[in-house]
Amino acid sequence: MKIDNSLPLEYSTEENQTKILGFWIFLGAEIMLFATLFASYFVLVDRTGSGPTGAEIFEITPVLIETIVLLTSSFTIGLAIHAMRIGNKKAMMAFLTTTLLLGAGFLGVEIYEFVHYVSIGAGLQTSAFTSILLLTLGTHGAHVTFGLFWGLFILMQVRKQGLTPETANKSFIFSLYWHFLDVVWIFIFSFVYLKGMM
Amino acid sequence: MDFFDRFAVPHPSPAIYASMVAIGLTVVAIIAGLTYFKKWGYLWREWLTTVDHKRIGIMYLISALLMLFRGGVDAIMMRAQLAVPENGLLDAQHYNEVFTTHGLVMIIFMAMPFVIAFMNFVVPLQIGARDVAFPRLNALSFWLFFMGAMLLNISFVIGGSPDSGWTSYFPLAGNEFSESVGTNYYMFALQISGLGTMITGINFITTILKMRAPGMTLMKMPMFTWSTLVTNVIIVFAFPVLTVALLMGTMDRLFATNFFTTANGGMDMLWANLFWVWGHPEVYILILPAFGIYSEVISTFARRNLYGYKSMVGSMVIISLLSFLVWTHHFFTMGQGALTNSIFSITTMAIAVPTGVKIFNWLFTLWKGKIEFTVPMLYSIGFIPIFTIGGVTGVMLGMSAADYQYHNTMFLVAHFHMVILPGVVFAMLAGLTYYWPKMFGFKLNERIGKWAFWFISINTLVTFMPMFISGLDGQARRMYTYSESTGFGIWNMISFIGAIGLAIGFALIVYNVYYSIRYSPRNIGSDPWDARSLEWATHSPVPEYNFAQVPHVNSSEAFWDSKKNGHVLYKGELEKIHMPNNSGMPFIMACIFFLWGFAFIFAMWTTVIITTIGIFACLAHRSFEQDHGRYISVREIEETEKKLRGA
Repeated sequence: MKIDNSLPLEYSTEENQTKILGFWIFLGAEIMLFATLFASYFVLVDRTGSGPTGAEIFEITPVLIETIVLLTSSFTIGLAIHAMRIGNKKAMMAFLTTTLLLGAGFLGVEIYEFVHYVSIGAGLQTSAFTSILLLTLGTHGAHVTFGLFWGLFILMQVRKQGLTPETANKSFIFSLYWHFLDVVWIFIFSFVYLKGMM
Repeated sequence: MDFFDRFAVPHPSPAIYASMVAIGLTVVAIIAGLTYFKKWGYLWREWLTTVDHKRIGIMYLISALLMLFRGGVDAIMMRAQLAVPENGLLDAQHYNEVFTTHGLVMIIFMAMPFVIAFMNFVVPLQIGARDVAFPRLNALSFWLFFMGAMLLNISFVIGGSPDSGWTSYFPLAGNEFSESVGTNYYMFALQISGLGTMITGINFITTILKMRAPGMTLMKMPMFTWSTLVTNVIIVFAFPVLTVALLMGTMDRLFATNFFTTANGGMDMLWANLFWVWGHPEVYILILPAFGIYSEVISTFARRNLYGYKSMVGSMVIISLLSFLVWTHHFFTMGQGALTNSIFSITTMAIAVPTGVKIFNWLFTLWKGKIEFTVPMLYSIGFIPIFTIGGVTGVMLGMSAADYQYHNTMFLVAHFHMVILPGVVFAMLAGLTYYWPKMFGFKLNERIGKWAFWFISINTLVTFMPMFISGLDGQARRMYTYSESTGFGIWNMISFIGAIGLAIGFALIVYNVYYSIRYSPRNIGSDPWDARSLEWATHSPVPEYNFAQVPHVNSSEAFWDSKKNGHVLYKGELEKIHMPNNSGMPFIMACIFFLWGFAFIFAMWTTVIITTIGIFACLAHRSFEQDHGRYISVREIEETEKKLRGA
């Protein structure tokens, strides 16, 4: 394994560079996945059948909490990567832990939101609109859940192995993933919630 | 017993019971054979756990050939049923299942693995790499594809086949009209194998962008590598659409959601749109690698460099963009209105332009070439006129006003078979013959191969030309029978005869493989065709590490230059080579995916939960695993090279 010290740790070997490029391409596919969900959402948004419309069920408080929590977590994962670049393992782990806790907080509010929707008669089976709403939110939420476990595993590896080219590479790729989920949430916040509440 | 009732076939027939017995006996025979010859260890070490792109390519190839047989049997059954009016060979339900699985198997489980087989085997060799970027993901891709294929193939003996066409339009595919678990099989077989294809896409883009030999700029890549790059970009952007569509379809069927239903706001046309937003690029995922193979074969056997390299690349890129802009032409008659139809008519016909550029480039490559009519070259030359018939009728179908006449008739069936057979199948057979010596170290017999070529090409015309006529006369596709007074009988009889001819052609290829294994000369060297690109610059069969030294490239035909113009491919000393370790995890994970899909299909929720945990446990295991690969020492390389040179 040739290590090029002129580059940041996560880019320092050829294998690492390959992995980062591969992950960017994967994110391209993910963009397509969410784009398809959004397109389907816009097609089905007014097809509420006998169920409620978005304006009738959306509540601004939990949505704002989710947004602030997730945006903050995107900031802290950025701090974690910055700490990693300057070689501060302890700070990196602290920021990564904060990120995961914020992610878990986001997920908690989202689960509350889902339970709330079902309780007021906007379940998965109610109408085409509620089906696509819960599928779009659920796909994002499933990504966050997956990310929590993934991030936790990386945290454990950083703790045990320290900041090596390998763990730095994993952490960096995880940060790309986490930022991506944040971007998707911004679209959900703007085009599902805000537009729905107008 | 209630538990087992769900696995019963809803529409049993003697043929299905016979298949059950045949499948059971085959499984017993395989297990007994492996045990008797003590091959379990060999199978596990050399194949099931391999991460070598060449072996994975060969496994894709074998799967594709098996699926070609399965899909071919379906085709013969359909042609036999329609050969005479009011035939009673298959009933309506059975016929529905047969045309559905014929389409699925041929597109997803025959053509896809066939092109991916060549991508796997050829691309790393063409770019002078040791393996793909992510060898273990590559193995996972293959096993996911394979398990998806197996899932679809057990459907007709366990629980019932999908029966709503390979397009599986809702609401026909919904619970109301498709009561058996058949459509669940469709959803999960495609989802699992589609995941594999998706990973292949990411893997090959990264490989081609990152792992080319020194000196090989993008515009010096061989044409097949270019076609693979463009194809995989299409895969990465098209397959997620299918993923979402299948997810919605699955939820409609299993969780009673309302995406594609006709009540509570559901929209059945959404499925048709999403399906074809994936489905039309899929057509180009199949045809572009085929074009790549034709480019390699034609320039090799015309003994000329490929005419119009840049325009070839440009036209592929334009085709890949346009392929996402034409999906509506699959359902002009389903109510979009004149403006939408007109726009999609124009984009559809626009694709004929870059395709025409490619055809002319091949013709100009042949112009003044010293053409050698080997079997791969025969397929490539036969492709041009037959494909043109299919292409021109495609332009006819692309005119939305006229399409109201042709839509859903045998004319359409004739059209797409006349593009897919010469376009994809001929290319795969050309590639099979062309790359066979690189894969196995001996050539397929040319004489038998030429017989097979003539049988297949003539019978392609005999089978599908009559359908143009019966289609224009009004014979609808997917109808299991027709009355004598329609006058379709004669055309369908000719088609049936052609189908038998095609079957003979494919049987000849099988015989050719057997014959060549026994009698073909083995000492043909590493470059039997006097070819032009890097894959021929290493030994046949190829050693594990592909190239003892990384080749240096100066043009798109580096190997030809090294033979004729004194270019030096290999510079410097041997160095130790870093290679990935084998792993059983991809195979194990794909097996869990198989169970996961099966459990979902039959709504066995406990098993679903257990297998889901199993899948994530595999991912977690991979996250914590430390595997830095291994090194092949210089001494080992020298020994291998000496042995291969001596052979």
